[in-house]
Amino acid sequence: MDDAGIVIAFWVLSAMSVGSALGVVGARNIIHAVVFLVISFMGMSGLYLTLSADFLAVVQILIYVGAVSVLFLFAIVLTPRGGRQNQEGFLRLPALVLCVLVAATLIFVAIDTEFAIADREGFGETSTAIGEALLDRYVLPFEIASVLLLVAVIGSIVLVRPEPMEEDAD
Amino acid sequence: MVTTIDIEHYLIVSAVLFSIGLYLSLAKRNFVGVLMGIEMMFNAVNLTFVAFSRFAESDTPLDGHVFVVFVITVAAAEAATALALAVLLYRTRDTVDVDRIDLLRW
Repeated sequence: MDDAGIVIAFWVLSAMSVGSALGVVGARNIIHAVVFLVISFMGMSGLYLTLSADFLAVVQILIYVGAVSVLFLFAIVLTPRGGRQNQEGFLRLPALVLCVLVAATLIFVAIDTEFAIADREGFGETSTAIGEALLDRYVLPFEIASVLLLVAVIGSIVLVRPEPMEEDAD
Repeated sequence: MVTTIDIEHYLIVSAVLFSIGLYLSLAKRNFVGVLMGIEMMFNAVNLTFVAFSRFAESDTPLDGHVFVVFVITVAAAEAATALALAVLLYRTRDTVDVDRIDLLRW
């Protein structure tokens, strides 16, 4: 963990994630905000790699960078008169105060707590163990997740269907 | 320069990202911007899970990874449904500005 490469990678990737997250806040055009969000997700995928979570890093790239950002872009282009602006509303100041307080509290707790730290090397390849856990101890949540995805897909299709289907009279 | 990276570093990055996500979801007027904030909060929490999985004392340390897989699944389902709602909202109210969606306001 004291490897110089890991340390540099951590700082660069953290700066990338947090900086692009601030870019999402600052971007006036919502398309630019999506691009910043994608960069932030990629930085977070790199952070997973520094934590030796290889499977999750790939999943992060596939699902967030690949799929969710495309969903966002589709939602933006499907609402053309909704505007491309990305301004803050009237809650700007209270939200800022609340977020600073939340960040301060979380950081204080993170620094002040004594966690039970294991002295262990990083994981090797993790996908085998994750796959076995998913099909062994966590098989019930795994199946429920698949049902949830099916419901979400059908629900989305039903919601955005152009016309409510008429009952066939004949 | 700090020569070791501990769990606190990851937790601080995660806390900062969570707060930025919270700010986005509270303050943005565009519905899609609000959803971006929610996704960012999901990501910050996932980073915490992975960091604890890597550092914390546990018999089954990879459980954090399994949990993250479930969180990502639920987040994907949530994103699909919420963006469908955004499109539906645009179709009926002709806006995605959450300040102007005040039908239930008295």
